[in-house]
Amino acid sequence: MDTLNNLAISPTGFVFDPTTGATYSVNATGRAVLEGIRDGLGLEALVAQLSERFAVGEADLRRDVLEYARVLREQQLVPNTFELES
Amino acid sequence: MAPFTGTVGVTGLNATDNPGPGVAVATALRHHPDFQGRIVGLAYDSLDPGLYLPGLFDAAFLIPYPSTGRAALLGRLEYIRETEGLDVLIPTLDSELPALLGQEPTLEEMGIRTFLPTRAQHDERAKANLDLLRSRHDIPVPQCETLVSVDDLYTLHERMDFPVVVKSLFYGAKVAQTLDEAVAAFHMAAAKWGLPIIVQRFVAGEEYNVAAIGDGRGGVVGAVPMKKLMLTDSGKGWAGVTIADRPLLALTERIMAALKWRGPCEIEVMRDRDGGLHLMEINPRFPAWIDLTAGAGQNLPFAYVQLAMGEAVTLPPFKVGAAFVRASTNTLIDISALDAISTAGEMLSTRSSS
Repeated sequence: MDTLNNLAISPTGFVFDPTTGATYSVNATGRAVLEGIRDGLGLEALVAQLSERFAVGEADLRRDVLEYARVLREQQLVPNTFELES
Repeated sequence: MAPFTGTVGVTGLNATDNPGPGVAVATALRHHPDFQGRIVGLAYDSLDPGLYLPGLFDAAFLIPYPSTGRAALLGRLEYIRETEGLDVLIPTLDSELPALLGQEPTLEEMGIRTFLPTRAQHDERAKANLDLLRSRHDIPVPQCETLVSVDDLYTLHERMDFPVVVKSLFYGAKVAQTLDEAVAAFHMAAAKWGLPIIVQRFVAGEEYNVAAIGDGRGGVVGAVPMKKLMLTDSGKGWAGVTIADRPLLALTERIMAALKWRGPCEIEVMRDRDGGLHLMEINPRFPAWIDLTAGAGQNLPFAYVQLAMGEAVTLPPFKVGAAFVRASTNTLIDISALDAISTAGEMLSTRSSS
């Protein structure tokens, strides 16, 4: 999780990986998920946190967060073996 | 540390889409608060775009192409020194170095200082000799061969898997997926830059670059790693950012120690999908993005000037996340601006008139 911990995440959602030079843009939802995973939140905690902020059903949120974790693995921002804890 | 008040000559003003590093070197010098000197632009063509950038050069001169030989170049530098003063020379093009290496005593006698590699160092890092870095110093270099005849390509598959990268000694690299593509690339590179041609095993991955100065005793005076964020069609960086990459810096230190490199260089490295680093090239001069080192707080062109002047240099750590974006703009001039440089081969006081 070193890569995720090293990311510079701006309040506007601009993300800079200081190790590879890669940059990303995330919206408010994406930033909330990214920061949540970085802070060690599990799947249920993330879904609960997001449902407080966004008017989306829990099933949709759960699916979206899992998909987001897959994208993070694909981008090598988390290890290939990373799974969100339930 | 006293401010530098002398005159620096900088070559490589061809600020095109495949730019020479001269404009970036001059920009970095102007960026340093202790640079209070003058900069003389040394150009090969009266339309070298760097000549006309406002505020960069105090004067400019045409110099003879490297192919005209050392005597013509030294004679021209002597004239420039007498006319404008020339305390430090920063050559920025690969093709200039053969005429200048080993000439430090002659240049110093003329009052012109440099901080360049020795000929042995220069030759050891040459593309044609990169394989030796692996065998002699255990530096990770992709398998490569130096070819003097296209015939050798027809048996290459017995020794190296395709795709391969076909390179000339000086500039350019072409990925060839097949023998036919390799033959075409060989002829194109040979026609433009001559023989030999280097064929290197292709390494898939991400390219990283390091600008550095070696102290000539195996140490690193300064080194700044950069990741290109945007590329031109020919693979030149159009935007980039400094990164914190310890393995890349460690490899840089190993290379500098192995070569006992003296002076500026750019190290090009490929990181494969497993994170392995592969040295692709060592360019024996500053890169065209060298002004980024000034933006990152480790101003390598100014360090070169200090080293050339015999000063001890200690650089601060560079800032991670310093970025550059290159711009292609039109510089508006009157046709009379071409007059002096085209007819007399020199422009004086270009900076104050802009």
